[in-house]
Amino acid sequence: MGKEKNNSFIDRVWDLFASVKFAVVIFSVIALTSMVGTVVEQNVEPEKNLTVLAKLFGESAAPTLYSILDKLGFMNMYHSWWFVTFLLLFAMNLIICSLDRLPRILKLVREPIRPLSEEHIEKMSIRRSVPFKGKPSALRDEVASAIRKIGFRPSESETEKGLQFYAEKGSFTRLGVYITHLSILIILVGAIIGLYFGFNAYLNLPEGQTTSVAYKDRGAEVPLGFEVRCDNFEVDYYGASDMPKAYKSWLTVFKNGKEVMNKVITVNDPLTYEGITFYQSSFGTVPDSMDRGVVVLTVASRDGKSEQVNTRVGGAFTIPGTSETGKITNFSPALSFDQAGRPYTYDQNLLNPAIFVEFSSPAGKPFSGWILQRYPQTWNLPDGGRVEFRSFWGVQYTGLQVRKDPGVLIVYLGCIIMAIGLYITFFMSHRRLWVSLAEEKGTARILIGASANRNRASFEKDIEKLAGLLGESRKGGN
Amino acid sequence: MSGSASSVFFGLSTMAYILAMVLYIGYLAFRKKAIGVVATTVTIAGFLSQTIAILLRWKEFYDIGQMGWLRAIPLTNLYESLIFFVWCLILAYLVIEFKYKNRTFGAFITPVAALVLAFIDISGMSKNIQPLVPALQSNWLLAHVTMSFISYSMFAVSFSTGLMYLIVKTEKRNEPAYIFWTVMLSIFIIVLCALGLDYLTFKLSVKSQEELIKSYLFKATFRNSSSAISLLSWAVSASLTFVIWRFGGALRKIITGFNISAETLDEITYKSIAMGFPIFTLGGLIFGAIWADQAWGKYWTWDPKETWSLITWFFYAFYLHSRLMRGWRGKKVAMVAVLGFVAVIFTYLGVNLLLSGLHSYGSQ
Repeated sequence: MGKEKNNSFIDRVWDLFASVKFAVVIFSVIALTSMVGTVVEQNVEPEKNLTVLAKLFGESAAPTLYSILDKLGFMNMYHSWWFVTFLLLFAMNLIICSLDRLPRILKLVREPIRPLSEEHIEKMSIRRSVPFKGKPSALRDEVASAIRKIGFRPSESETEKGLQFYAEKGSFTRLGVYITHLSILIILVGAIIGLYFGFNAYLNLPEGQTTSVAYKDRGAEVPLGFEVRCDNFEVDYYGASDMPKAYKSWLTVFKNGKEVMNKVITVNDPLTYEGITFYQSSFGTVPDSMDRGVVVLTVASRDGKSEQVNTRVGGAFTIPGTSETGKITNFSPALSFDQAGRPYTYDQNLLNPAIFVEFSSPAGKPFSGWILQRYPQTWNLPDGGRVEFRSFWGVQYTGLQVRKDPGVLIVYLGCIIMAIGLYITFFMSHRRLWVSLAEEKGTARILIGASANRNRASFEKDIEKLAGLLGESRKGGN
Repeated sequence: MSGSASSVFFGLSTMAYILAMVLYIGYLAFRKKAIGVVATTVTIAGFLSQTIAILLRWKEFYDIGQMGWLRAIPLTNLYESLIFFVWCLILAYLVIEFKYKNRTFGAFITPVAALVLAFIDISGMSKNIQPLVPALQSNWLLAHVTMSFISYSMFAVSFSTGLMYLIVKTEKRNEPAYIFWTVMLSIFIIVLCALGLDYLTFKLSVKSQEELIKSYLFKATFRNSSSAISLLSWAVSASLTFVIWRFGGALRKIITGFNISAETLDEITYKSIAMGFPIFTLGGLIFGAIWADQAWGKYWTWDPKETWSLITWFFYAFYLHSRLMRGWRGKKVAMVAVLGFVAVIFTYLGVNLLLSGLHSYGSQ
């Protein structure tokens, strides 16, 4: 292919696409244009990029520059027609250069190693020579076993002056490059399948609510084919700090009205049902919902009788087995105390929920105090009872990333193949060796010649070892 | 946390590496074997001290996080990742020094380590042990981050040897490759000096710690409030570049005086890229994509960090392929290797400090 000068247009295009030069040009073009998209923020309101452009090129030039860049598709450049074209050219280059070279390489790989003349062996990049006395045929077994000892299976042939052994390993490693190239194509195919047959959506689901749809970027509904309910959302913190340790959503899936799945998802542990995966992505407070929140308490008496209580701010409960009652008279989503010890609310989100409970007991002295969800030490009552503040439920929503991507398995497959291909290409080598035993005019020598297309130094050590073994066997033979 | 045992050992290793840089450069200049031996000893001492520090920090992190050893690897913020990068780089350097029995590379690799350590101090980045945020609680953290940094340090080695190759191979001052390396080396030295000045002025001034020190970068020089100093900095930089350009030939004579052939340099450059590229592809790109897929539901989003990783990948793919092209072997590919590392630096620091995205752990 392209061997004889054939100047038809198709041949010339073919040769262009198959060339390394074209590959490095397309690498540069993709790399250089990609840089623009990391400076110009993608898919955002125009104002953001206008400010960036004004900073870089001045106020007056910014609007014109913005409209030019916008027309050229730079505001969503990785999906613009020209960038996709670059990726296609890259793929074409991979396909055509492989088709162009692969048949020749395959033929070379299949071709078995042949004996060489002594002159050829002497020109090899690695060579050793060991003198010996006697007939080559007497050393036949020792030489063959020495070659086996360094991990090769030798073939043997008679020569004019004696014998020759030859062997090779890793002939297939010359295909590593093509395996790597193929893996890139597989990943691209997987990406295209995901683009056409999958979707990316989001879902803000308040605690207690059920939905059968998710939403795309522009608000379009995506039917799920089943229903999902958020039972609860919680944030765990590191000790007393406001540093989040885990975001957790309790999700339940219903199919045709029947519960089919139940899972607590966290950031690195999503839920998948019927090919659709729900990822923990964000959370928030439903606006103006604090008065709808349910206070979930586990109330226990001094002698250990306990029960769960669901109430609201303003509601009341009784400690089981007693006539003591508590009334929730105040609530804070994020309670803190100032230096004078006065309570105040430092945030409108549920960072540190607290209820103020006034207890009245017919027997003892009435008392009151703040009970904080995140601080169990505030749960104990002076009379030995206990009010565990479990949750302030129903005001938060969990932000879920919803994805269906039938191409992702193909992408993973491509990744595995790429890892194998890279390993073969960079860490394995094609190693060949020839050992010639020749006798001429009374002097005899073993000539070793070897070559490796990669990592020659370690092969040279093997050959060193082989020469050593042959040197010993010669001594042993005498 | 400043009083913890690990920070003492980190401090020792920082001092050792800076001292080693001075010694290696001294060795290059005076060609006294004794200086070279001391330089190697100091580097090894620094390396051991840093190893102890990393292990201690791992232990401290394990005690705080309570999430098992694998997830307690101290590689969760910019500070820790830079420290690990320096560790890998010094390890790679020591291997090369012993394998090739040549100390010349030290003068080119230890300044990279010193630059990084100086950067840590002047940028005022948080050195505290922070518990893992939910997004980082994954076993992919260990594989993705360690492999990325191992490859970065390989690329740093190729940068140094690539630059040395260019120094050795260019003779005429109007040659593009000569201009290229003199300018690159000047930028490198200028940035190192500017960071040093920032460091000194920051340490001497009594500014409040709360002030965003990130905005301190180049404040002592190029971005100084006094335009005279700023102008002077530019003028000094320009003249330094000119001096290096004018007398660059002297450097060639020094390096060639050390019995180091251009072929060896080319070989080390190629070998470190041939090691770094597959590790980067697997650990940086593939593992990163798999992790993103599991945490965010998207294996590729074209966010700046991902895009710059891909740009870096294309640079090195360019390097590997251009070696196959006629007329490119030698100086041209060496320039590609040097530029590749500039892309690495941008992927690693530039994106965090200048651009936004999911990986912006440097902002805290």
